[in-house]
Amino acid sequence: MVLKLENVTKKFGNHTAVNHLTLSIPEKQMFGLLGANGAGKTTTFRMILGILRADEGTITWHGQRIDHSMSPDIGYLPEERGLYPKLKVSEQIVYLARLRKMQPKDALKQLDIWLDRFKIAEYKHKKVEELSKGNQQKIQFIAAVIHKPKLLILDEPFSGLDPVNVEMLKKAVIDLKNEGTSIVFSSHRMEHVEELCENLCILHKGNPVVQGSLKEIKRSFGKKNLIIHADFDLSFLASHPGVTRSKLTAEGIELQIESETVAEKILQSVVNKGFVRKFVLDEPTLNDIFIEKVGAEHE
Amino acid sequence: MNNFWIVFSHTYLTKIKSRQFLITTVITLALILLMTELPNLIKKFNGSDEKTIVLVDQTKQLAQPFTQMMEKTDKHVTIVQRTANEEKLRKQVLNGDVDGYLILSFGADGLPKAVFKTKSLTDQSLADQLQSVLQRIRSQQAAQHLNLSQEQLAQLNAPVDFHHVAVEKQAKSEKELSQARGLVYALLIIIYFAVIMYATMIATEVATEKSSRVMEILISSVSPVTHMFAKIAGVVFVGLTQLIIIFGFGYYAIKSNLEKMSGGFFDFFGFGDSSFVIMLYGLLFFILGFLLYATIAAFLGSLTSRIEDVNQMISPLTFLIVLAFMLAIFGLNNPEAPFVTVTSFIPFFTPMLMFLRVGMLDLPLWQTLLSIGLLIASIVILAVFGARVYKGGVLMYGRSNLLKEMKKALQLSKENK
Repeated sequence: MVLKLENVTKKFGNHTAVNHLTLSIPEKQMFGLLGANGAGKTTTFRMILGILRADEGTITWHGQRIDHSMSPDIGYLPEERGLYPKLKVSEQIVYLARLRKMQPKDALKQLDIWLDRFKIAEYKHKKVEELSKGNQQKIQFIAAVIHKPKLLILDEPFSGLDPVNVEMLKKAVIDLKNEGTSIVFSSHRMEHVEELCENLCILHKGNPVVQGSLKEIKRSFGKKNLIIHADFDLSFLASHPGVTRSKLTAEGIELQIESETVAEKILQSVVNKGFVRKFVLDEPTLNDIFIEKVGAEHE
Repeated sequence: MNNFWIVFSHTYLTKIKSRQFLITTVITLALILLMTELPNLIKKFNGSDEKTIVLVDQTKQLAQPFTQMMEKTDKHVTIVQRTANEEKLRKQVLNGDVDGYLILSFGADGLPKAVFKTKSLTDQSLADQLQSVLQRIRSQQAAQHLNLSQEQLAQLNAPVDFHHVAVEKQAKSEKELSQARGLVYALLIIIYFAVIMYATMIATEVATEKSSRVMEILISSVSPVTHMFAKIAGVVFVGLTQLIIIFGFGYYAIKSNLEKMSGGFFDFFGFGDSSFVIMLYGLLFFILGFLLYATIAAFLGSLTSRIEDVNQMISPLTFLIVLAFMLAIFGLNNPEAPFVTVTSFIPFFTPMLMFLRVGMLDLPLWQTLLSIGLLIASIVILAVFGARVYKGGVLMYGRSNLLKEMKKALQLSKENK
């Protein structure tokens, strides 16, 4: 365990942004931090980075408190994207890389590699304000990773990108992980987290509500999804015992059930009624889990 | 290289290369050039300096001495003697053929008197010239009537030997004082403009970094306090660079124009012989004043998150600087006034008012040192306080009034300890 948060609490006045959060983030893995807006993700990141200090608890990286002396080992992509609009891409990256103790020469070399990879080599000497938003975001990503950090913190890295660029960035993130970078990232997009992370934590109003490995979380959640498409009316299934949630669709119904045995009973009750075109028992998605854990309290 | 130097050199180099720096420098240099070349320009615009005056000599004897004397005083004035009638002369003046006509006659006392007629009364200097020449002729004539010798006449005309001497031994002589006044005045203006300009620059700079959200990356690699001081130091050096360019150029321009500028305005302000000590004090007070105001500007800037709000946020600061400047300008005429003495010890006003006193008066050293000490102490206090506000301020993106924001920032940074 490389990055450890123990019992971390942060309050702003009367508002508790993060409440007794304990996390262990293994080395060379990707860790997902999920949560609705205002759940405390950015505050957690800021505390990890040492921009904010925790009121209670400790945060350690390799057993040491994180401060500015460790900045060469840490990369950060803030949620609110920002670069100097009037500076050229190369000047910008070199400046930020130098602040993380990188030689300008090396920074320029790395920059070329990254720009090639993102297919934006022609923007090297352009001012940032002349770039499209998506390209600015790529530059920002480069700024976060150019010094080969050991710990990379990505706050909503894929927001605002088109699917092609999301794939491009995803691949870059996976490569970094394979090269041995420990990555913590936050997202609203459950499918990204599901795809990328081995371990995750869902924050809700500053409280960790679910945490552990993805497989574990899905297994312990227990509930499964059942999708049925049939030619007859399926609405009666909504009140079937063991069904926790139902949604009628154009072609049939989607159910959330408590366990596999419920599915067996439902199958028996529908086969006699007519032709069933589809009957699928599915693992719960992270989205389901998220809505269940976070959304429930919203209602 | 440590992060302080990286931020410092980055700030310095981007500012030096910026359009704003280039434009303000060029404009200032142009102004200096204009000022030093002004006497030449005035001469050029008055190109048709040659003036023609018709002399109507009714005395039949003064025309020759008068023409000779006029030639000696001003070669640009041509005297033409004529006996034409007045109506014709009037027309010539109205047409612009001649610049005027002078009717010379004897008064009842047998001494010369004259009427000078021109189109309008705008050119007073020509009339004065004629009058002073005639005055001399009149004195000579009067002397003759009284049978005075040339020596006696010279005695009569000799100016009184008058000296204004200060009793205090070290008090500045009148000449020194007028030199000092000019230099202090010029330096005050420079300090005023430079401080306002660079303080605004710092605040804008910080607000820009916040509004573009680069700040968040910056403070994750550099501590906010290092960042703030590096930023201030960077802009101070930009200011010094600009001042060196301006002073260097100004010195060169003044030197090369020294002859033309003697007399008039420049004499009163004594630019000819600049006092090195005053310049040094000016530099010292500029740097200290700048540090004081820049520190305030930096943390005020950290409280805004939009560039549009910067001016509003630093308006209290601007007000202080303007007030200091006004006090100093009033004090220039009477540097010993009690209000000058008192305000020169208030740190916000020290850079201008103590500088004024040091430049104009002969202060005991302890007073200067005391005020500098107070100034430095308040810079340190403000820097510590400012660093705290800054630390919290850079993370806030809300918008409310100054005091509320400041309280919030302090709270945030206190929790952050």
